[in-house]
Amino acid sequence: MHKEFYPKGVKTVGNRLRDPTFHTVQAQENRPNALTSGHRACQGCGEALGARYVIDAAVRATEGKVVVVNATGCLEVFSSQSPESAWQVPWVHSLFGNAAAVATGVAAAMRAKGTPDIRVVAQGGDGGTTDIGFGALSGMFERADDVLYVCYDNEAYMNTGVQRSSATPPAARTATTPVAGQAPGNVFGTGKSVPKLALAHGIAYVATASIAFLHDLEAKVFRAMSFHGARYLHVHVPCPLGWGTQPEDTLVHARNAVYSGMFPLFEGEYGHVTRAFHIENPIPVEMYLKGQRRFAHLFGKDGPNAERIQALQAIADAHIATFGLVAPQGDHA
Amino acid sequence: MKPFAITLDPSTSLQNHTGSWRMQRPVFRRLISPCNKACPAGENIQAWLALAEERKFFEAWQEIVKNNPFPACMGRACYHFCEKACNRAVFDETVAIHCVERFLGDKAIQEGWAYPAPPQRADAQKVLVIGAGPSGLSAAYHLALKGHHVTVLERQAEAGGMMRYGIPSYRLEKETLRAEIERLLRLGVTLQLNTDVTDLASARQGFAACYLALGAWKPRQLKDVQGPDVMTALDLLKEAQHASPLSGCVAVYGGGNTAFDAARTAKRLGAARVVIVYRNTAEHFSAHAEEIALAQQENIEMLPLRVIRRFSEKTLELDVMLPEKEGTLSPSGKTEKLAVTRLILAIGQEVETTLFKDLSHVTHAPDGTVSVDRHFATSEPGLFAGGDMIPSSRTITEAIGHGKNAAAAIDAYLSDSPLPTPDKIATATYDKLNTHYYEHAQKSEEQRSNAKTFHEVFKTFSEQEAVYEARRCFSCGNCFMCDTCYGVCPDNAICKHRTSNTPGNGLAFNYDYCKGCGLCARECPCGHIQMEQEEK
Repeated sequence: MHKEFYPKGVKTVGNRLRDPTFHTVQAQENRPNALTSGHRACQGCGEALGARYVIDAAVRATEGKVVVVNATGCLEVFSSQSPESAWQVPWVHSLFGNAAAVATGVAAAMRAKGTPDIRVVAQGGDGGTTDIGFGALSGMFERADDVLYVCYDNEAYMNTGVQRSSATPPAARTATTPVAGQAPGNVFGTGKSVPKLALAHGIAYVATASIAFLHDLEAKVFRAMSFHGARYLHVHVPCPLGWGTQPEDTLVHARNAVYSGMFPLFEGEYGHVTRAFHIENPIPVEMYLKGQRRFAHLFGKDGPNAERIQALQAIADAHIATFGLVAPQGDHA
Repeated sequence: MKPFAITLDPSTSLQNHTGSWRMQRPVFRRLISPCNKACPAGENIQAWLALAEERKFFEAWQEIVKNNPFPACMGRACYHFCEKACNRAVFDETVAIHCVERFLGDKAIQEGWAYPAPPQRADAQKVLVIGAGPSGLSAAYHLALKGHHVTVLERQAEAGGMMRYGIPSYRLEKETLRAEIERLLRLGVTLQLNTDVTDLASARQGFAACYLALGAWKPRQLKDVQGPDVMTALDLLKEAQHASPLSGCVAVYGGGNTAFDAARTAKRLGAARVVIVYRNTAEHFSAHAEEIALAQQENIEMLPLRVIRRFSEKTLELDVMLPEKEGTLSPSGKTEKLAVTRLILAIGQEVETTLFKDLSHVTHAPDGTVSVDRHFATSEPGLFAGGDMIPSSRTITEAIGHGKNAAAAIDAYLSDSPLPTPDKIATATYDKLNTHYYEHAQKSEEQRSNAKTFHEVFKTFSEQEAVYEARRCFSCGNCFMCDTCYGVCPDNAICKHRTSNTPGNGLAFNYDYCKGCGLCARECPCGHIQMEQEEK
């Protein structure tokens, strides 16, 4: 029905033709702006966008009763240069690796104070989540602490100078995986998928999201906040600086990551995948890789490196198969 | 006293004006949509579709009649140049603009909507218009809207020109035309029918300016092809509904829109077989593609590459032509015979020049078309001309555009003021759009009757169809308030002010914080945001 009547404006942030209940939080004039202007993120920063999208939705979902715990990382650095803060929510930062543990503590404190209705969101980058903070995170998961942990994944340690993390994709150039030798860039067969690991913990809710699909992202935050216990949201946020992309193209690359199958969007509850975001016609991975300087060595002066591009395509194809990203005809999400 | 180790008071990042990082700035800028650019009548199609999609039908109709007084007629009879230019055709299918226009035009007639009231002007002047066709009536309308007193003289018994006598009623029913002309006359325009002007100088007496819109009514003839079984397409079309029935095989000679109108009319008058004979290849038909397609659906036969050699005793003798390189034709030497009951000539019309024979400085081409400058002025002061009688594509829509632009030129001439030069606005081409934000949506097809009668072939859209189709519009180059820029700015540097009707429809950039990343411009679905270099 809505497709028939709203041929433009289904994917847009707002839509003047539709009832405001269909609008995203981001379309609202009085949106919380949890992360406000004046922060020092780079031009076209995907993480700044992702953090505002997620926390604004969390503020709405909890009617403003939310405390945010931040790991060290780009997000913390650019939003809280002392003495200024860009946060318009209660916000606490401790160390790089302990955001999950601090969040556990905040949730316990709220229980002890008799205000368990005040909810806790922890957030960090892929470094603070998949590498340094993973032990604390796993503990938070297995104890089923009442925390939503959000990882903004820009696929490397960006603010320290673009070093590889365990979320860096194969072949990507970083400061620690330089373009040198027979196999330039990050090594194939390394890294880990924390969303899958979170699912394996059997926690209440796990989802991946992308800043390019705002309606889907906000729905996932609302869904996450409807559960109690440990929850995990992994948001894909392109980084113009680390990826070597144009600032204005941040959402183009975010979209292509999803449309190629490189970044699968799915939801799971209590250990099982419950829903996948369907892509109608997957684009070749090559379309996603092109235009990113970190993958430029795949398209060198001797022509594209077909073998290594094919190896990346195989990763995307595996995602498509694993999560059923391409819906059967006539059944699109 | 401050706690230990805290030396600065906490504050907000809002005091950090990141706008100083910016090398380029986004600006909201309206671009002209390809449909608007293509419209010979100069309609702002994007604007009225935007109103129609909100179900503001009266406002949408008002937007159309700013430029074109006849939405109901043009929704039917215009060859929709807009749809041929529509960006949506690249994405899926063109927006059925003419169907929405027709819906709005019909609704206006049903509801009795009136044009805006003309202003009372102290300096109002008397203007004469000769010819009550689309161009003459359009000029009269726009002059009346500017507050002038207009008199229209028409040779025929009814107004409408080619809309009345040239377009068959299965494309445009006479009632619709009559309703729109009556509404126009209620603006205070004086119309004198059955008035054949033979002396231009005396007709112009008492008028400060005159607009000639005589049309092109003199059919070209073939020298050696005459007789009772030969008639011109115009004679057939003029009173087709009341014409005597045809039978057997009828040949129509020509490849333009008039030929196709005549062929379809002949079929309706009972001809068992209708053949369009044309000297060149079928690719050279100057008729519009949809006319050709409709004729084919009505089993009209096409016989291209045939030139008439002789017509006598109901037998058409044809030379078979061969196409040469560079588009030339040469006789193949072969001839063919075709038995026909009637031959209809549709090989073009010329302009009658008797009216300005005394004005030797008003120059005209051998076919009678009059030379005018870009303000439709002839070399005779105060005498303007437009429509089919000047070099043009000879469509009703272009004639309406001539009337509108000539009215503006006449008004400027009367008040001795210069014509405002229109702003140069860039076109919102497909590459300026971000089509990710649009959904594929099938075009609504017009309901159609297959009966070969003089009743209209196509039905007017229902309200639901019209709204749906209007919503298929991409709104190229013009904000449709989707809030995407507002949402995707990583620096919250776009604010909502509640003033509408400015570029951006009430959104404004906060240059204190905008870092100039360009995300808003890249993501804007309709290409309404441009990035401009900051001055050093």
